[in-house]
Amino acid sequence: MFENLTYLQLQQYWWIIISLLGGLFAFMMFIQGGQTLLGKISQGDETLKTMLINSLGRKWELGFTTLVLFGGALFAAFPLFYSTSFGGAYWVWMGILFCFILQAVSYEFRTKPNNFFGQKTYEIFLYINGSLGVFLLGVAIATFFSGSEFYIDERNFSYWQNSLRGLEALSNPFNVLLGISLLFLVRISAAMYFINNIDNILIKKRSINSIKIDMIVFLVFFLNFLYMLFTRSGFSYDKNAHIFIEKYKYLNNFIDMPFVGLLFILGIILVIISVFNTVEKQKSCCIKTGGVGIVLTVMALFLNVGFNGTSYYPSLYNLQSSLTIENSSGSEYTLVVMSYVSLMVPFVIAYIAYAWFQMDKVKITKEEIMSKDAHNY
Amino acid sequence: MEESLVDWSRAQFALTAIYHFLFVPLTLGLSFIIAIMETIYVKTGQEKYKKMTKFWMTLFAINFAIGVATGIIMEFEFGTNWANYSWFVGDIFGAPLAIEGILAFFMESTFFAVMFFGWDKVSKGFHLLSTWLVAIGSNLSAFWILVANGWMQYPVGMKFNIDTVRNEMVNFWDVALSPVAISKFLHTVGSGYVIGALFVVGISAWYLLKKREVAFAKSSMLVGATFGLIVSIFLALSGDESAHQVALKQPVKLAAMEGLYEGKEAASIVAIGVLNSKKTIDNNEKTFHFELEIPYALSLLSYHNSNAFVPGLKDLVYGNEKYNIESAKEKILKGKIALEAFKQYKKYIKEGNTKKANDAKFVLESYINYFGYGYLTEPKDIIPPISLTFYSFHLMVTLGGWFILLFAVVLFLLLKKDITKQRFWLYASMYSIPLGYIAAEAGWIVAEVGRQPWAIQDLMPVGIAATNIATANVQITFWLFAILFTALLIAELKIMAKQIKIGPNGGH
Repeated sequence: MFENLTYLQLQQYWWIIISLLGGLFAFMMFIQGGQTLLGKISQGDETLKTMLINSLGRKWELGFTTLVLFGGALFAAFPLFYSTSFGGAYWVWMGILFCFILQAVSYEFRTKPNNFFGQKTYEIFLYINGSLGVFLLGVAIATFFSGSEFYIDERNFSYWQNSLRGLEALSNPFNVLLGISLLFLVRISAAMYFINNIDNILIKKRSINSIKIDMIVFLVFFLNFLYMLFTRSGFSYDKNAHIFIEKYKYLNNFIDMPFVGLLFILGIILVIISVFNTVEKQKSCCIKTGGVGIVLTVMALFLNVGFNGTSYYPSLYNLQSSLTIENSSGSEYTLVVMSYVSLMVPFVIAYIAYAWFQMDKVKITKEEIMSKDAHNY
Repeated sequence: MEESLVDWSRAQFALTAIYHFLFVPLTLGLSFIIAIMETIYVKTGQEKYKKMTKFWMTLFAINFAIGVATGIIMEFEFGTNWANYSWFVGDIFGAPLAIEGILAFFMESTFFAVMFFGWDKVSKGFHLLSTWLVAIGSNLSAFWILVANGWMQYPVGMKFNIDTVRNEMVNFWDVALSPVAISKFLHTVGSGYVIGALFVVGISAWYLLKKREVAFAKSSMLVGATFGLIVSIFLALSGDESAHQVALKQPVKLAAMEGLYEGKEAASIVAIGVLNSKKTIDNNEKTFHFELEIPYALSLLSYHNSNAFVPGLKDLVYGNEKYNIESAKEKILKGKIALEAFKQYKKYIKEGNTKKANDAKFVLESYINYFGYGYLTEPKDIIPPISLTFYSFHLMVTLGGWFILLFAVVLFLLLKKDITKQRFWLYASMYSIPLGYIAAEAGWIVAEVGRQPWAIQDLMPVGIAATNIATANVQITFWLFAILFTALLIAELKIMAKQIKIGPNGGH
């Protein structure tokens, strides 16, 4: 089946999968967003905080797993990106990794007796993961549009040309805008998740209040990001793989690929609808609509930067070293093999959905959390 | 590339791998033991087995979290610290990692939540299935990681592409079902099962010594020791196959494992030995201050033929015509021809001289199996650290033997005697927990240190695999990881110790 696809079609198929994974990961980061809301929503009430942490804790591994899969899929499908970005933007990725180590242990260790650092430290760890980790991921993803300073030699070995090794991305306002936008977006989805997953009036009320403020901040930063994105020049390549600068590239991409543009608009509309329904109509199911919206929006951004003759990882040091889905992908055979493996993804999503459905049939309550027999985080 | 950069990059990866491998084996072993305990509970309906399952599950979760945390670092370190390597092998190596994510890791993490929080939310059957799926997922995860590692030890199923300058996969099944990968998987998960069994038996022994939770401890010990005896015998068999694969595919590693300088027919194995530190490949010092040998055993173990010739380090470095063994010097020369052909190819392609480029390509393809040797400077570079490899191997084997004995005795005492009165064996069980970890780490050292200087056997030495980065960056992250991992390890040990003290009845 996949053998009949051309090499380019396989590369495009894999970029679509990467885009989907990127979207799913952005959605799963509601867990991180929730970690930044623990203090604000619990307001010092330890039982409420435990309810919030347990609500997130039962899902944290899926977010973690999505990150691992995102990394693994990039490694297999676009190994030149893997070696260039991870090895080059060393400190940004190391920062992200440190944040994620802190998350993994915090849920399990936080309330265990004799936990060495004390409960507060693990809560600070969760906050660091939720805020700094998400912000840095946003910055790293923004470099897909803004580019980085690297050079690739004839052996396809990469050489980073800035001694700050990735930290220089923080000095670009465009990158920072996406970092902050992502941070507030995941806080909004987290609040919607809490409303859906926990049966508690106070948590619901405070989550709605939190969404109101976070939505305003998100819109300010995201609209600025979009303005900069649509007005900036982008990195195109022609049939000879020659990279050149094109004005309004990313806006043109949405126009040239109306389906992707519609996906993007639909995604944003769904997020707005979900926020409206949560805040105005007090509905509790909006994480689903909002989640779909986030997946579509982020996916459309990835498709925008990868398709239509666009370099998805531009080099600011040597334009011709820029990465495209064509010059950075795995071999045709590997992409075919991986494509067969990707057929398992719907089954994986199905059993995750089934397990979640089984677990979430009954919402988290104070009684459950305070039960002596409960395995709590 | 700077030598210090390569050394620090290696040190950082070793640090991460060693820490990661402190947690993963227990996850692999304990997950199955828990699944067995829960199965007994579902079959018999006896509440004591449910309590037992829940207690060991709590310890499992504490360990699992930190194993996952260190695991993600390893995945991304291939990119951050070994960027050149990532490109060179990404086409092959990335695939098992991605498959691990899709097929194993999601299974593990989805059903982990059901296993812990689903006791009263899902049916007994679905819960039991979830527990088994966590165990299967963890072990599948290990399989794909070890397929990737096995390929580094024995690269198969690929072809070098001169235009992309990397190895590209041409046969997935050769990679996934490589005999080295399979034997590595079986031996590594086997060591995890033994650690899981030692953990359960050792902690149960502690309860018996303290005269606490006696019935619970005896039942746990019975499950642990039965599982332990079966898997430790299996471990010995898989170890035999592993050594056989090393002999066939990595003879230098085998020679280092045995401290074998001169090749021999009907070679003996050194059961116990003290290496002479003055011995080098170029002098006539004796190899051992003291050694106790088992005749024919090395030939038998290596080639399943008691009279087979086992090449020593001298044969492998300087060559041996009689046994048709090529010297490292010849291999380096051929490697340099391959590298030169590659450079010529690139030059001619730039100039548009297709004919000469094709000639260069032909030369490269003729010598491609020696490609990595072109980066070495002298024949002795192919020798890994001998004493570290030798002692690690012998320690691992000795401890493997001890575990079989321990489980057999414990099982006998449990079934035929009153084990609570056998204090020596209870202490031995307890103190064998760290021995399990020492054996597993020693095994990892044999596998990884023993294959130096190769990142990928014969194709890429570690010297050119690292990321082009200032050494200071790697030094800083090395210490940051060292501090963080150590702090987390201390936290885990303290929490574990406390949970064990609290016991299955919550301290009542």
